[in-house]
Amino acid sequence: MARTLLAIYPRSPRRYDEMLAADGSVRPHWKQFLDHLDAVTPEEMRRRLDFSEQRIQENGVTYNVYADPNGADRPWALDPLPLIIPPDEWAELSAAVAQRATLLNAILDDLYGEQTLLAEGLLPPALVYGQHGYLWPCRGVKPPGGIWLHHYAVDLARSPNGRWWVIADRTQAPSGAGYALENRLIVSRVFPEMFRDLRVQHVADFFRDQLDGLTALAPVEGDEQPHMVLLTPGPYNETYFEHAYLARYLGFPLVEGQDLTVRGDTVYLKTLRGLKRVHVILRRQDDAYCDPLELRGESALGIPGLLNVARAGRVVIANALGSGLLASGALMGFLPAICRHLLGEKLAMPSVATWWCGEKPALDYVKENFDDLVIKPAYPTQNMEPVFGNELKGEARDEMLRRIEARPHAYVAQEMVNLSQAPTWSRSHERRLLARPVGLRAYAVTTPDGYSVMPGGLARVTTAAGTRIISMQRGGASKDAWVMTSGPVSQFSLLKPSVGVRDLVRAGSNLTSRVVENLFWLGRYSERFDDSARMLRVALSRVVVGGGQKTPVVIAVMELARRLGVLPKPEEDSEVKEGGEHELLEAIYDPEQPGSLACNIRSLMWSATHVRERLSLDHWHSLNRLQRDQQAALKSHPALTEAIAFLDRVLGVSSSLTGFAMDNMTRDDGWRFLFIGRRLERLSFLALTLAHFLRMPAARSQGSLEWLLELSDSIITYRSRYSRQPELLPVVDLLVFDESNPHGVVFQATVLGNYLERMKRELGDDFGAGLAAALADLQAFDLRRLENIQFDSARDYSHCEALADLLLGLDSAAVQLSEALGMRYFTHVGDVSRQTMAV
Amino acid sequence: MQPVRYRVLHETRYDYGSNVSLSQQQLHLSPRILEWQQVEEQRIDIEPVPTWRRDGQDVFGNPVTWMAFHAPHDALLIRSVMTVAVMPHQPKDIEASLAWEELRDRLAYDSTDPVPADLDATRFLFESPHVRVKHELADYAADCFPPDTPVLVGAQALMAKIFREFTFDPEATTVSTPVLEVLENKRGVCQDFAHLMIACLRALGLSARYVSGYLLTRPPPGKPRLIGADASHAWVSVYAPDGENDWVDFDPTNNLLPNTEHITLAFGRDFSDISPLRGIILGGGGTEPDVAVTVVPLDEEELPSELRDPGDDAPESAADDQ
Repeated sequence: MARTLLAIYPRSPRRYDEMLAADGSVRPHWKQFLDHLDAVTPEEMRRRLDFSEQRIQENGVTYNVYADPNGADRPWALDPLPLIIPPDEWAELSAAVAQRATLLNAILDDLYGEQTLLAEGLLPPALVYGQHGYLWPCRGVKPPGGIWLHHYAVDLARSPNGRWWVIADRTQAPSGAGYALENRLIVSRVFPEMFRDLRVQHVADFFRDQLDGLTALAPVEGDEQPHMVLLTPGPYNETYFEHAYLARYLGFPLVEGQDLTVRGDTVYLKTLRGLKRVHVILRRQDDAYCDPLELRGESALGIPGLLNVARAGRVVIANALGSGLLASGALMGFLPAICRHLLGEKLAMPSVATWWCGEKPALDYVKENFDDLVIKPAYPTQNMEPVFGNELKGEARDEMLRRIEARPHAYVAQEMVNLSQAPTWSRSHERRLLARPVGLRAYAVTTPDGYSVMPGGLARVTTAAGTRIISMQRGGASKDAWVMTSGPVSQFSLLKPSVGVRDLVRAGSNLTSRVVENLFWLGRYSERFDDSARMLRVALSRVVVGGGQKTPVVIAVMELARRLGVLPKPEEDSEVKEGGEHELLEAIYDPEQPGSLACNIRSLMWSATHVRERLSLDHWHSLNRLQRDQQAALKSHPALTEAIAFLDRVLGVSSSLTGFAMDNMTRDDGWRFLFIGRRLERLSFLALTLAHFLRMPAARSQGSLEWLLELSDSIITYRSRYSRQPELLPVVDLLVFDESNPHGVVFQATVLGNYLERMKRELGDDFGAGLAAALADLQAFDLRRLENIQFDSARDYSHCEALADLLLGLDSAAVQLSEALGMRYFTHVGDVSRQTMAV
Repeated sequence: MQPVRYRVLHETRYDYGSNVSLSQQQLHLSPRILEWQQVEEQRIDIEPVPTWRRDGQDVFGNPVTWMAFHAPHDALLIRSVMTVAVMPHQPKDIEASLAWEELRDRLAYDSTDPVPADLDATRFLFESPHVRVKHELADYAADCFPPDTPVLVGAQALMAKIFREFTFDPEATTVSTPVLEVLENKRGVCQDFAHLMIACLRALGLSARYVSGYLLTRPPPGKPRLIGADASHAWVSVYAPDGENDWVDFDPTNNLLPNTEHITLAFGRDFSDISPLRGIILGGGGTEPDVAVTVVPLDEEELPSELRDPGDDAPESAADDQ
């Protein structure tokens, strides 16, 4: 068997192979793993691959790609075979990574401080002052502990002689550590025996080190607990999954710029219970966008005044503002001399040979050796893809050379590295290893004892054997990296830290106003889409029963739907065709039509996306399925019966969502706002439905009461109570006044009142008065006035009118309540800060 | 020579129309002290009173003030009054400056220890938010800088060329009009001309910085000075070491070398570093400010009542009685 896997494994004399030595023998640290692979049956291997894919799907591990027009999320690609690194090799590698982090931190400290590197000619001013990444207002800032670089990532590659080289430094807001963690959780379960037997070092210690490092730097006063947050640019960022994932893993609130506010020297988190001081901001947002007051002013993403808090030393921003400067490849050639100057040591790991064209001799070299080089931008803010010299011909080549001549300081050239190759598991063959170019992204974090390096990291492979650039954006895949140890394996896990009494977190104490607002809207939208689905189902089923004819029932239902905005208002001169079938189908599937079901699904997804980290995986899964269903239906132009089946499914998903919310969410303020949203929406829907119904001459038939019960999901209750045809008095009693009917008007208002009461106790604000008054008015209505009224043939409908007025009064109380809550608690996601400028 | 003394009043008023709930402002409204400029007194009055305020220096050494307003307000008035004395500082002989290529090569990196003043000047050598450095700009300036031209002679020719070919037109541009668009349309205001001239010089490999301040204007003969009729002004300073001053001012809007009628507030790489009043507000309606500047030469004219004694409000109310 072993011969089979190896026999067809491609070898390349031009590359270093991670698994095979130059003589074709299996490297010692791969032997055991390869034997294991050979012993696993194809069926077993397929089962393991399925497990891995399923886990990625279920956990929603995604990588957003901006350019992708069809929904932003792409499932994370993971090859199950780890990149295995022996202990001695790792010891050398990790020491070099730690040294480099130390060096880069010292460079930042120098360039934003004394600038000895410029004064002594060790760095050209063009690579500092010429970079947009050099944030001028940050000069003179002294970050707590002198640490600028709290977390650092470095892209490494192995050249044909087996040496590791640095390809790129990531100093802005390095991504991927969270994906590495998730990869580890999956791959260690795909190969549990190997994981144990090879004594693979765990990565959890690394995250603990990160926490310890940040905690030690946090500028707390007295015995304050450090309050740390993870700042994300939002759900549309390519690595948003990771932001949410890490926030959950580290136990940090996930916040956006609008959640934070600066008052004087201090930055605060806006929570439901007021402003809470923040000591540490783990930043995944680019620094130039962090403070519109002093940095880029056109962006609404940032936190105005943050730089002043940094100046006062009252917050740790990790990484410090301005750190993105060092991601420039042009610096690499200067590092050996700088390392001797700043650290008094030799630079342990070489960078790939790099020429900054701003120096005359370097420019000449680049022109002479163009074919052997990769041309890259000197400034990371330039929008330019790397260009391979030998791929440029004719006019394109001349043009590139002209551009370099015109602005030489804006370009660097790097030697082309033949990446090493590592085995990957083929998905399209029964049982085969492919060889793919591989690179490793390693991570380091600051700790009180210097930099700590993650044992392992994020290994990445290209999709094709010949590809020269590894990029997740271009569809590469990732790998777990296994670092073997000769010592004992640490069993620490951050998932079960020991928590003391003072560490206890009470549910929801850190809820941000933005999260609460989005939960409120999630509640409203999920109820709204349930209501419109039910209404559309009632209408469609009547159309089917009527054989496509415009029966009086169909006319009445559709008019009601129009009054409630589920169907659009008819245009003046248009004649409603047949039974309104076409109109109803559009109201289900057309996402561009305001008020349509598809439109409501979209709004629902929007608010769910913004609170994704608060939803259980199952919850998220249901929502995803719903959207997939609707998108699939949009393409297939379904017929009436299919549409009804779709509505049945929608209502199924809807009730499972309610179930999740009831059963799986902690009862904190956020949950309460979710349900206030739901109850408010249902209250309005029911009150308006009943009020319009009572006033509509078209609805005045005994048969109408039947679909009214169906619409409010109360038909079963009615039948079990009365076992007779619906009549006005018992129907109104059930739908309006019965305090036990969860689909009744009074029920909604009463439950809302209870929530508001609780809110008054806990948050001190009283919003209940208006609603209570309107409810009291309604409950004062004398039901005897409806006795002995034949709904289809009464002489006088004034009692119905009076009841309708009371219902409308309750609806306006609900609208006012919604606005008052918004004014008091929400951040007003739509109300963003603006820049003003005067000369 | 005697310094010329000025009293300057710079008033900025925002009427937001509705309440602003939170506001933060950064002010570059205090004049900096220079070898040829003394600040005798200076004060900024603000309504409403800010909740928080800090004064400091920015990275270029300009005075800067940050302030925050936490209480709702629907208007903001910032009134800056100063008394400044300006000494003549025009270079005597611009022909004596270095050949521009020699200076360009001195500013370029060559891995030896740089001269401190040159290193300092490289802060103003590269692109900045409002100053792109493109070959079109070098092309535009080329005929002003034939080989071996002294750098200040070239700068003067460039200033004259811009003055000649461009039309002053406040309607043509905004604070964010790119410099290449200005070059294309040949219209703009002092800011645009300053940015353009800076961009041309940097495209040639020379250091140039943006200066903001005020300019004395003369009312028509026999007419009194109108309060608030002036505006803030912007011009250019060019690095030309080894002369009387390392930096020499040029005003492309007026085609002259500033001497005693330009009052300097601040300098930076471009407008974005030293915009007089830059803020972020939450809420509010309109955000177009009313700005009024008055510059009065103290030794020539009687001070209008609005500008008297910045340390004392009494004369102002007395003036109201007249």
